Amino acid sequence: MGATHLPATEFDGTDLDDQLEAEAEARLGAPAEPMVQLLGPDGTLGSDPVFSKYAERLDPGTLRGFYADMSKIRRFDVEATALQRQGQLALWVPLTGQEAAQIGSGRASQPQDYIFPTYREHGVALTRNVDLAELLRQFRGVSNGGWNPKDTNFHLYTLVLAAQTPHAVGYAMGIQRDQKLAAATAVGSGEAGQAAEPKAAVMVYFGDGASSEGDVHESMVFASSYRAPVVFFCQNNHWAISVPTSVQTRIPLANRAKGYGFPGIRVDGNDVIAVHAVTEWALERAREGHGPVLIEAFTYRVGAHTTADDPTKYRGSEEEGVWRAKDPLDRLEKYLRAEGLADDAFFDQVRADGDELAAYVRKTTHDLETPDIRTAFANTYVEAHPLVAEELAWFEEYSAGFADEAEADQTEADQTKVDQTDGMAR
Amino acid sequence: MTTMTIAKAINEGLRATLANNPRSLLMGEDIGALGGVYRVTDGLIGEFGADRVVDTPLAESGIIGTAIGLSLRGFQPVCEIQFDGFVFPGFNQITTQLAKMHSRSNGNLTVPVVVRIPYGGGIGSIEHHSESPEALFAHTAGLRIITPSNPHDAYWMIQQAVECQDPVIVFEPKRRYWLKGEVDTEAPGASADPFKAHVLREGIDATVVVYGPLVPVALAAAEAAAEDGRSVEVIDLRSISPIDFDTVTDSVRKTGRLIVAHEAPTFGGIGGEIAARVSERAFHSLEAPVIRVGGFHMPYPVAKVEEDYLPDIDRILEALDRALAY
Ligand SMILES: Cc1ncc(C[n+]2csc(CCOP(=O)(O)OP(=O)(O)O)c2C)c(N)n1
Repeated sequence: MGATHLPATEFDGTDLDDQLEAEAEARLGAPAEPMVQLLGPDGTLGSDPVFSKYAERLDPGTLRGFYADMSKIRRFDVEATALQRQGQLALWVPLTGQEAAQIGSGRASQPQDYIFPTYREHGVALTRNVDLAELLRQFRGVSNGGWNPKDTNFHLYTLVLAAQTPHAVGYAMGIQRDQKLAAATAVGSGEAGQAAEPKAAVMVYFGDGASSEGDVHESMVFASSYRAPVVFFCQNNHWAISVPTSVQTRIPLANRAKGYGFPGIRVDGNDVIAVHAVTEWALERAREGHGPVLIEAFTYRVGAHTTADDPTKYRGSEEEGVWRAKDPLDRLEKYLRAEGLADDAFFDQVRADGDELAAYVRKTTHDLETPDIRTAFANTYVEAHPLVAEELAWFEEYSAGFADEAEADQTEADQTKVDQTDGMAR
Repeated sequence: MTTMTIAKAINEGLRATLANNPRSLLMGEDIGALGGVYRVTDGLIGEFGADRVVDTPLAESGIIGTAIGLSLRGFQPVCEIQFDGFVFPGFNQITTQLAKMHSRSNGNLTVPVVVRIPYGGGIGSIEHHSESPEALFAHTAGLRIITPSNPHDAYWMIQQAVECQDPVIVFEPKRRYWLKGEVDTEAPGASADPFKAHVLREGIDATVVVYGPLVPVALAAAEAAAEDGRSVEVIDLRSISPIDFDTVTDSVRKTGRLIVAHEAPTFGGIGGEIAARVSERAFHSLEAPVIRVGGFHMPYPVAKVEEDYLPDIDRILEALDRALAY
C-alpha cells in the first residue's frame, strides 16, 4: 500500500537535462505521432520547433546534392536489378523508396564517424564514397565483403540480422576510451591546448524486422549503460520479407528507446531534409557525449525484398500506390523547382550522370575479378596455421596433378596432330 | 619460480597483460568488484579501473558483439563467459562474426578478441555448469582454441592469447582452478608456442592424448599402468584448434597405440578428429584402432551421477587394455 511511488534513487535525472533532450522527450510521450516532417509530399517546407534550424543551414547546393544522390542511387538500383536478371549477380537487394532515409542520414555523418550498415544501405555507401562497383562484389559472389572499411569508415554489409548492432556499440565504447587516452596523453605531455582529433560517433542501421532480434536489445542496453556515442538508425520500411511491422512491434519502434533511457524519434523517412536534420542532431549529440539516440525512419520498400521475392503474395498494390505518392525524389524535385533552386538543365544533368554511373557499374561488374581460392586460405587466420598450411599444400599438389594431366593431354593432342600431318604427307 | 593455483596464474597473466598492453581490457559479468564467480579477475578493477575491467550488462551476445566492435577500433578485449553452458547466447557472435571478420574483409580487418570460458565437470554443480562444448567451436574456421592444464601454462597462455592477432577461445578447466604448480614468470620456456602439444611423460607401449581437466587423470593412469609394467606416453594437447598432429603422430609412430580422452561426448568430438587424422597419417604404425574415451551421448548428467559419466583413471586403463589386446 502506498509503495508505488517510492523514489528510485539509482536513477539520476540530471543526465537528461538539456533543452533539446527535453523537447525530444516530449515527443516520446506521444503514441505514434508526431513524426518529424519538414518537406511534405506536396513539396512544401513546413516547420518544426526543434529541427527547422538544421534545415535552415542547408544551402541550395547541398539540397541539389541530396537530389542528385537520391537519383543516382535509384538509377544504380535499377541497373543492379537488371544485372541480376541478366545473371550477372546472384541476388540483389533493392532500395527504391528508401533513398531519403539513406542519403539524408549518410550525408549527416562526418568522415571521422564510423558506419555499420546492414545489407541494403547502398545509398549510405554512396554518401561514404564507397565505389558502388565494389559494393556489387558480394552480390556477384566474388567476395564476402568487397571494400576496405578503413578507407571510408563504412563497415562491411552484415547478413546475420542485427549482428552488427553490438559491434557498433563496442566501436563507440572504443571511441570513448580513445578520447580518454588522448586526453591523458595531452595532459601528460603538456599539449592540452592543442587541437584534438575531431570527435566521432557511430551510426548503425537495421530494419524493423531486425529490431526483434535479441542483439538489438542487448546493444541498446550496453549503449545506454555506458552512454556510448552511437546512433541507432532503424529503417522501418514496413516489411520484413513478407511479415508486416505489426508482427515485430505493437508500439512505434521509436518509443522503445524510452525504455532504455535515451531519446527515440520517428522521422518521415521519405523526407530527406527531416532525416538529415534529425540525424545531424543525433550525431552531434552523441559526439558531444550525451549518449545514444534511436531514429526510426518511417519509410517504405516500394519494390521486392530482394530479387528472389514476390511481393504480390503478401501485400496489395494499393499500399504500394499510397507510398509511391510519398516518393522522396518527387517531393524534393517539386520543392527545388518551386523555389527556383533547380531547373530543367539540372535535372537533365542528374539523369545523364545517373546513366553514366549505370554504364560504369555495368562495365565494372563484368570485369570484377574472381579471386583465387588461395586468398581464402590466406585470410582465414591472421597468423600461420598448420591445418590451413597442410590443406593448402594438399590443394596445390592436387591442382598440379590436373596441370600435369592437361599438359599430358596437350602433348597427346600435339602428337596426334603430328601423326595426322605425317599421314597426310605420306 | 613461484607456486600458485591455475586461477591465480590466470589472474597474474591478466594483470601482466593489462599492465603491459594499454589497449587491452577485460569484459564480463561480475568480473569487477566480485572478481568473477571464480575470482579469476580478483583485485584487477581496483588496479586498473572500471574502463579496463568492465562489469558488463548480463548479455553474452552483447559481450562478444561489443568486444568485436572494440577490437575493430583497435582494442584487445578479453571476455569472460561465466560458465560453459552460457556461451550459447553468444555463440552466434562467435561463429558468424568473430570467426569470419578477417576472412570476409579479405584480410583488411583483424578482431583479436579473447573469450575465456570456464569449462568441464567434476565440481558437483547443477545443469549448464559442467559442459565441454569445445568441439562446437573447433569446427569453426577462424577461431583458435587453447586449454591450459597447469599454472605455468595458464599464466603464459592467457597472455599469448591476447597477443595473438586471431580470435582465441581459452577453455579453462574449472575443476583444476585450485590445482597448484610452479610458475616461471620470467620465461614462457617450453610453452613459448601455445599451439604446440607437450609430451608430459614418455612411454613406448601406448600414447594417451588428453587436454585440460583430464591431464592429471591421464598422468595418474600412466602411473598405475607403469606399476603393471606398461610404459605409457602422455601428451597434453594444449591447443584444440589448431591441433599439433605432428607431436601426436610422432608419438604413435613410436608406441603404435593411441587413446584419446576428453570429457566431451565422444560422438562428433575432438577424439574422432584425432583418430581420423592419425589413421590417415600413420596407418601403418598403428597396432590397434584408435580408442576414444569420453562422455556419453547425453546431456551432461546430474551431479550425483557425474562420476559415472566422467572419464577417470579406470576408463583410461580399460581403453589401454583394449588397445594392448590387439
Ligand atoms: C538472423 C537472421 N534470420 C533470418 C534472416 C533471413 N532474412 C533476411 S532479410 C529478412 C527480413 C529482414 O527485415 P528487416 O529487418 O525489416 O529489414 P529489411 O530487409 O526490410 O530492410 C530475413 C528474415 C537473416 N538474414 N538473418
